[in-house]
Amino acid sequence: MIIEHPLLGPRDAAEFTYLGDARLIDRPDWQSENAAQEFFEYGYLRDNPAGWHQELWFHEAGDRSWLVVTRNTLTHEISKVELARDVARSRGRSK
Amino acid sequence: MTQKNRIATGGQIDRSRTHSFTFDGVTYRGHPGDTLASALLANGVRLMGRSFKYHRPRGPLTAGSEEPNALVELRDGARQEPNTRATTTELFDGLFAKSQNRLGSLKFDLLSINDRLSNFLTAGFYYKTFMWPAAFWEKLYEPLIRHAAGLGSLSLKDDPDVYDKGFLHCDLLIVGAGPAGLAAALTAGRAGVDVILADEDFRMGGRLNSETFSLGDASGADWANGVVAELESLPNVRLMARTTVIGVFDHGIYGAVERVSDHVHTPDAGKPRQILWRIYTKRTVLAAGATERPIAVENNDRPGIMLASAIRTYANRFSVAADKRVAIFTNNDDGHRTAADLHAKGIKIAAVIDVRPDAPKSTNYEVIEGQVIDTKGRLGLTSIEVKLTSGSTRRLDCGALGMSGGWNPNVHLTCHQRGRPVWNEALAAFVPGDHLPAGMTVAGAASGEMSTAGALRSGAHSAMSALDLKGDIPSFPKAEDAPVNLKPFWYVEGCSRAWLDQQNDVTVKDVKLSHQEGFRSVEHLKRYTTLGMATDQGKTSNMGGLAIMAELAGKTIPEVGTTIFRPPYTPTAIGVFGGRHRGQDFHPKRLTPSHHWAKEQGAVFVEVGNWLRAQWFPRAGETTWRQSVDREVLATRGSVGVCDVTTLGKVDVQGTDAAEFLNKIYCNAFAKLEVGKTRYGLMLREDGIAKDDGTAARLAEDHFVVTTTTANALPVYRHMEFVRQCLFPDMDVQLISTTEAWAQYSVAGPNSRRVLEKIVDQDISNEAFPFMACANITVCGGLRARLFRISFSGELAYEIAVPTAYGDALIRKIMEAGAEYDITPYGTEALGVMRIEKGHAAGNELNGTTTAQNLGMGRMVSKKKDSIGSILSEREGLNRDDDLRQVGIKPVDLKASVPAGSHLMSLTGPVDAAHDQGYVTSACYSPCLGHAIALGFLKNGSERMGERMRLVSPLTKVETEVEIVSPHFIDPEGERLRA
Amino acid sequence: MHDLKTITALGGSEPRVDTFHHISISENDGLALASVAARLGSEDACHKTMQDLLGAVPGPGEAVLREPESGFWMGPEQWMIAAPRQTHELLADDLKTRFGGCASVTEQSGAWVSFDLVGPGLADVTERLCAVPIRKMQAGDTRRTMIHQLGCFVIRQADPHHLRILGPRASAGSLHHALMTAAQSTA
Repeated sequence: MIIEHPLLGPRDAAEFTYLGDARLIDRPDWQSENAAQEFFEYGYLRDNPAGWHQELWFHEAGDRSWLVVTRNTLTHEISKVELARDVARSRGRSK
Repeated sequence: MTQKNRIATGGQIDRSRTHSFTFDGVTYRGHPGDTLASALLANGVRLMGRSFKYHRPRGPLTAGSEEPNALVELRDGARQEPNTRATTTELFDGLFAKSQNRLGSLKFDLLSINDRLSNFLTAGFYYKTFMWPAAFWEKLYEPLIRHAAGLGSLSLKDDPDVYDKGFLHCDLLIVGAGPAGLAAALTAGRAGVDVILADEDFRMGGRLNSETFSLGDASGADWANGVVAELESLPNVRLMARTTVIGVFDHGIYGAVERVSDHVHTPDAGKPRQILWRIYTKRTVLAAGATERPIAVENNDRPGIMLASAIRTYANRFSVAADKRVAIFTNNDDGHRTAADLHAKGIKIAAVIDVRPDAPKSTNYEVIEGQVIDTKGRLGLTSIEVKLTSGSTRRLDCGALGMSGGWNPNVHLTCHQRGRPVWNEALAAFVPGDHLPAGMTVAGAASGEMSTAGALRSGAHSAMSALDLKGDIPSFPKAEDAPVNLKPFWYVEGCSRAWLDQQNDVTVKDVKLSHQEGFRSVEHLKRYTTLGMATDQGKTSNMGGLAIMAELAGKTIPEVGTTIFRPPYTPTAIGVFGGRHRGQDFHPKRLTPSHHWAKEQGAVFVEVGNWLRAQWFPRAGETTWRQSVDREVLATRGSVGVCDVTTLGKVDVQGTDAAEFLNKIYCNAFAKLEVGKTRYGLMLREDGIAKDDGTAARLAEDHFVVTTTTANALPVYRHMEFVRQCLFPDMDVQLISTTEAWAQYSVAGPNSRRVLEKIVDQDISNEAFPFMACANITVCGGLRARLFRISFSGELAYEIAVPTAYGDALIRKIMEAGAEYDITPYGTEALGVMRIEKGHAAGNELNGTTTAQNLGMGRMVSKKKDSIGSILSEREGLNRDDDLRQVGIKPVDLKASVPAGSHLMSLTGPVDAAHDQGYVTSACYSPCLGHAIALGFLKNGSERMGERMRLVSPLTKVETEVEIVSPHFIDPEGERLRA
Repeated sequence: MHDLKTITALGGSEPRVDTFHHISISENDGLALASVAARLGSEDACHKTMQDLLGAVPGPGEAVLREPESGFWMGPEQWMIAAPRQTHELLADDLKTRFGGCASVTEQSGAWVSFDLVGPGLADVTERLCAVPIRKMQAGDTRRTMIHQLGCFVIRQADPHHLRILGPRASAGSLHHALMTAAQSTA
């Protein structure tokens, strides 16, 4: 596969390491009342869609950026690639 | 031997030169430009192999890579390669080949008895016959089948050749250099874009080389030569002959195998035999041509029976007559071309048998409306039996029969990304569907454009549309533009032993039987009969099988559908997938900064990941590794030892939030660590299981150096970047690996300070540089260095680091400074012994199943801050009273060993999984204590000190009485560390 | 002054040079290296200092090839600076002073082995090594890529027949072996 890196352009997927669902960005608040349940869900309950999926890929043999790749698991079509850091900020993970 | 079937003139062979070659011990001659098959046919040899199951005599069916029959063992010695297709093997001087799949000689194969037993060897034979008794399977059936099965034999020697991998980039990849591919390449090449034109043949031109019709004033072959010459002159075009595009992968990545040295006797020194290219392309034109299909006729597998187009290729391109008398059996106009071409070369046409009433007539030879219903000739065709429309039969003497059942577009590559081909009535063949791999267009015969003029046009159009070029297509010379006239005809009614898949010996009868027994899906048919599962992947056989299935099921062929085409397009040597990553070079090696010095000392090395680390340093007189290791341990604990610890992962962590960041990744607290101090850190996974451990040294308010275990350096760095970028994107923290930037040595033992005081420029007394201190220092009068007072061995110890290039000089300097204390280099074994003696956890204990609690570090998990894993580490299931705890174990009989992996059981009671109490993770002989010791995990272990238990391993027959003790065998109070 | 002598990444006292008719492979032992990463919120100041140092701030996939200091982009807001070791042994310290609080500087001299590939066969050799589009690369184009499973930087130099490869120093021998076999394959 080719991943269109937002900074570096098209790069072979062989340069990347796969992690999984991009929901891993949404780590719960440790001080929340239901922290234990929320962390349990965060850690174990994932969707496994046949179709579009947001995933985390690490450009290990490249610029060491974590990326959020929107990929169709049926066709391998990739519709969007973002820097995970930007996504994390947009999801309110700034301090 | 003379080349008795060589036609006097013509062809694309170089008659001025002669190659000598050997087949089954007989020497023959051929010419440059020949394939092994064409040269053998020229010499009158058409029996080239035996079939897989029935050991029927076989000759070539085709003149290309779709060949099912003419498979030989090419070359000898370690280079012997089975199942090489004689039809694509380029002849070279000194070529050596043998026929395969025979017991005895090719002409008298003892296993041809199978042919007589064919009634028992039908589809599903294995499933039906070898069912019971079960005990017979291993002892009788399997050895029997293994002996008889398989095609060809392996040399069982290491492949002496090397294979390369390579990477190419282009704007347009063109697969196939026939008329469509050449037209596409010319169009794109002249437009200036980067083009790769790949063709599996050694001669570009495709069918143009096999046909007699002209393009304008030139012959097809000459026109192709001219185009190739022009393309060669263009710097933006890369021509790759002998290159098969074997697979289409996602997003414009193609795999291609270039046969660099297969056409020479042995590769030149240092040169690869083949190259596996990974081609990145924006667009692709598939111009892979088409493959003619045979018609299933009773006994249609005799040597001499070929595809009509193959007979034409042998005559026109290789100047070889398949025989003096040739008959043609066809259902379409193309079969008549072969007859016309052969007749023009003076070859007698016995007759053209056409199933159609409206077949073209000829004044030069007889055209019969009818069907070929049987053939004769034990080791090669001698005659055919023809059934006329009147119902009467006629026998025709002929030594070759050309069969033409129409052409199948080579759609394979269009299907590698789940595309399915669609049915074309006019061609009675599958053509590429709409769902093509992204960026691919299909041209020429592969798309169903069967005429030469059509191929040229569609090739040029495809290139223009792929590249979005405007304007007119290049003008091409006038070429043959005949329509396809064909009447679908797949098999002769009533035939039974009529071969569909000649390589796997699947007949019409087998397909019928499969249907009768309920295997009616096309994928079931394939697996039950093995139709299309041989090395040719059914290129000449699948369509016949589908047609018969369709008829039996009362469906149309498109309703039955095809099986899925998968890479590789043609058989590919495993070696080329391995490339250079073989043996010593399977993976890269990492050498420590003291490697060259350690080698001088005669160190024994061990692979740790990719690292080569000194395992121990044997001395004269030591006969076992234990002697060396015991000595190294005792010398270190007694005076001073030195060990290269560069391999531990190091990550530079800087930024105003660096301390806060470490608070996140470690379960214990770091924010308040003083500058100039080091702290042990335990890293958890988010699920609460221990991930890794190491130390973090605070060199400045905003600067830490973090260490990881050797094995986890990469995953821990990845994890740290994940935490930084994905979880806390606005922390001011920067990370970079410095594992290899610093040469780091552990200097350990009561005399370590005295040794280092001679090297370090600063005061390192216990007061100035206490336990767990760290600092930027200088050594040897000014070289920048780092010093950490940390200890894995439990002794007074330091780790000292200098920039890697100075590592060799520093180890020599340390040895020189330590000489008066008999400083002893120690390896990973002694390191392991000392850490077990000290009770330090390592990879065996942090094994992906253990928690901080298990490790006896439960209290380290800070509840006052957020850190990865802290919440889920509190889960009930991870915090039971009877949880495993790290303990020490020693044998009651001090001479006994306590092997790692053994399990702890009560002294009395059953030995089974239900009564398992714990297990041993690390074990060694402790030279300091004089007996074996071990670390392990035991249920509620910290409360069971002094308890006697049984250590068992039923598999390895271990049963030893042991005592549970503190894991800290040496200096439990830690006085030595602080000395 | 200390008396410790360096050895090259391949373990010699002198850098190794191998010459083929179409390419030469030279171990470059003379590089001092340091990474510079902008502190969060100080990116502008960091860029300005970088601009002063190199004349430009290398963007993604770019290098600024200047003497004595050159630099290339490693990752978002992160660069590698190189200079001759003979004159810049203390490059990291110097950069730290120069960038002050606006960047994190880390010494990298020991972490890398550098090879210079020079010759008309450069593209052919490179195509057997890694997936970079070597024939399209311009002076200064920089890629991090895998060579023989090793993460390397390849930097196209001003001479179109010159490529500099930075690979992990501990694997200098394996990397050199890969370069040599590619050179022999294409000779």
